[in-house]
Amino acid sequence: MSWLTDFPQLSRETLVAIRQSLDSAYRDFSREYGEVIEGFFDPLLAFLIWFEKLLIAAPWWLVIAIIVAITQIATRSWRLSAGVAVSLFLIGLFGMWEDTMSTLSIITVCTLLSIVLGVPIGILMARSDRAQAIITPILDVMQTMPAFVYLIPVVMLLGIGKIPGVIAVVVYAIPPVIRLTNLGIRLVDREVLEAATSYGVSPWQKLINVQLPLAMPNIMAGVNQTIMMALAMVVIASMIGVAGLGQPVLRSITNQYFTLGLFNGLAIVALAIIFDRVSQAYAKRSQRYMGGRSE
Amino acid sequence: MNKQVQIRIEKLFKIFGPTPAKVLPQVHEGKSKDQVLADTGHTVGLKDINLEIHRGEIFVIMGLSGSGKSTLIRHFNRIIDPTAGQIFCEDIDVMQLNTKQLREFRRQKMAMVFQHFGLLPHYTVIDNVAFGLKTQGVDKKTRLAKARQWLADVGLNGYEEQYPSQLSGGQQQRVGLARALCTDAEILLMDEAFSALDPLIRSEMQDQLIQLQEKLHKTIVFITHDLDEALRLGDRIAILRDGELIQVGAPKDILLNPADDYVEAFVRDVNRARALTVENVMKSPSNRITANTIGEALQQMKATPAVFAYLENADGYQGAVLKNTLEKIVRETDDADAPLCEKVIEDTVRVSPDALLEEVIPDTLDQDYPLPVVDEEGNLKGELSRSSLAQVLGTTTANET
Repeated sequence: MSWLTDFPQLSRETLVAIRQSLDSAYRDFSREYGEVIEGFFDPLLAFLIWFEKLLIAAPWWLVIAIIVAITQIATRSWRLSAGVAVSLFLIGLFGMWEDTMSTLSIITVCTLLSIVLGVPIGILMARSDRAQAIITPILDVMQTMPAFVYLIPVVMLLGIGKIPGVIAVVVYAIPPVIRLTNLGIRLVDREVLEAATSYGVSPWQKLINVQLPLAMPNIMAGVNQTIMMALAMVVIASMIGVAGLGQPVLRSITNQYFTLGLFNGLAIVALAIIFDRVSQAYAKRSQRYMGGRSE
Repeated sequence: MNKQVQIRIEKLFKIFGPTPAKVLPQVHEGKSKDQVLADTGHTVGLKDINLEIHRGEIFVIMGLSGSGKSTLIRHFNRIIDPTAGQIFCEDIDVMQLNTKQLREFRRQKMAMVFQHFGLLPHYTVIDNVAFGLKTQGVDKKTRLAKARQWLADVGLNGYEEQYPSQLSGGQQQRVGLARALCTDAEILLMDEAFSALDPLIRSEMQDQLIQLQEKLHKTIVFITHDLDEALRLGDRIAILRDGELIQVGAPKDILLNPADDYVEAFVRDVNRARALTVENVMKSPSNRITANTIGEALQQMKATPAVFAYLENADGYQGAVLKNTLEKIVRETDDADAPLCEKVIEDTVRVSPDALLEEVIPDTLDQDYPLPVVDEEGNLKGELSRSSLAQVLGTTTANET
């Protein structure tokens, strides 16, 4: 009757056996296929390195000019553009230029990757209730599972470096864009869809001409969230060897360098604000038609 | 009107629920809607609908909300698939079309106008109008030129580059109408197209639709819950209740011979003077003569006790002549061979067969004799007397009290 007082747990030996067999199976798998999988990611790695080098090698004033130009085109706000220029200049002034460029490159790549993967998954979810039922719990796991836990198998498989970092960031940051693409498409006005159907649109025409444009406000909100989460992940990613602003932060934590941590933290915040304002302003401007009368 | 059938619907059933096919036999057995809902949890949307819609007519389907009218119209282009039944458009068996054929069918044959317009908010007005053509794969230049033309036809010149949200409701629905017309589809499906508009704008839109229809001769299926609108637009009206077709007929049949209490209750509040035309209540002319001289005229009028007659000749209706006047002239001049000149012919008032009763009431009251009903070509079609008018309009009063 011991199960009344003690939880009937598996014996220590069984647990160890389970762990060992799973671990060794995974280890065998990674030894067997690690290189193949690494090879699969090689083009991405090459692009990542090229992009990072490009940002670092380019003259600092040119990079600032380009970012300010993008800001200006997207937001049409001189104040915001000036703010962007000043904050980038300050980042450089305090000696964080290279790290910031590394972070910028990895965030850009992660965001693009999230959009390229996330939007089609979101579309799939919106089209099929079954897909939604399957994917939603997976997204829940991705968002709640501590990042370190899924870092372990990734590192076992691919070692330490940029690619595992990108994978970790994408896994953490992709759920919002998937969820909001799904939501956005599902929220498209039924009568508008019916109208499109009654004029004989093909599924592809419906998606491109009606559903995606009308879901765009939500998709952009998802992209915005994805960028923010990717930036938040920068510090954790630096633990597995991703260069950038996260590494000095990590160093300050271990060595209690408060000021160093603060500076780099502020640089991350500055990047976040730039990304956020630019993407939001762009999203808003692309939906001018919505506010026709209130303008 | 030629009576070529354009759309035919046979034994159409629609049941909403998880397993409609299993419930169908019970509906066939004649179980009522409420009973089916109680027993199986399924809602009977449409029950044994049989319809024929003719080419070139405005066919109005009317019913209250929940009667299934919007469900019915969505079967025409199979936005909703029936549980059972057949749909034919000319010689096309719509139920047999596969996905691709159905898409092509929707592109070519039918265009739809929606209650809340269903415009694409991110497209400019002109792109909205050209949407049907874009879907068909027409090149940009051609489709924009055509869209511009239709936009002008519905009176929205200069609004091309606006977005729908910048337009008023009436203007948006004009865009919706232009979009439907721009595809050149023969059949127009209008689902409560004017119901969301202000009364004034609505009546403007009705006028516009009637004008356009005179030019275009489309087959229009028009859904409404408003009987006045149905009577105004419809060549024929179908009345739907709880998914069943109660009565199909011309407006005057619906008004004058309601099929059951339900239709009668509907019809009771209608202003008949505004709903019925002269043609609906006129009688065939009692005395018509063709004469050149006074004598001939009198000769012909002798046959009847009437005190007047309508004079016609090869050119059509000339006017009314009074027996008294003619006899007086003959007595005074003693010249029975005198031609029937303008002096003796009274041609003061004529009414058109299409005129609403409301418009002719004052004329009828002014005149001592029945009014001649003359069509556009000048032919005498009938006569409208005060008594027949009073009879028709009087029934309403009797019902109301």
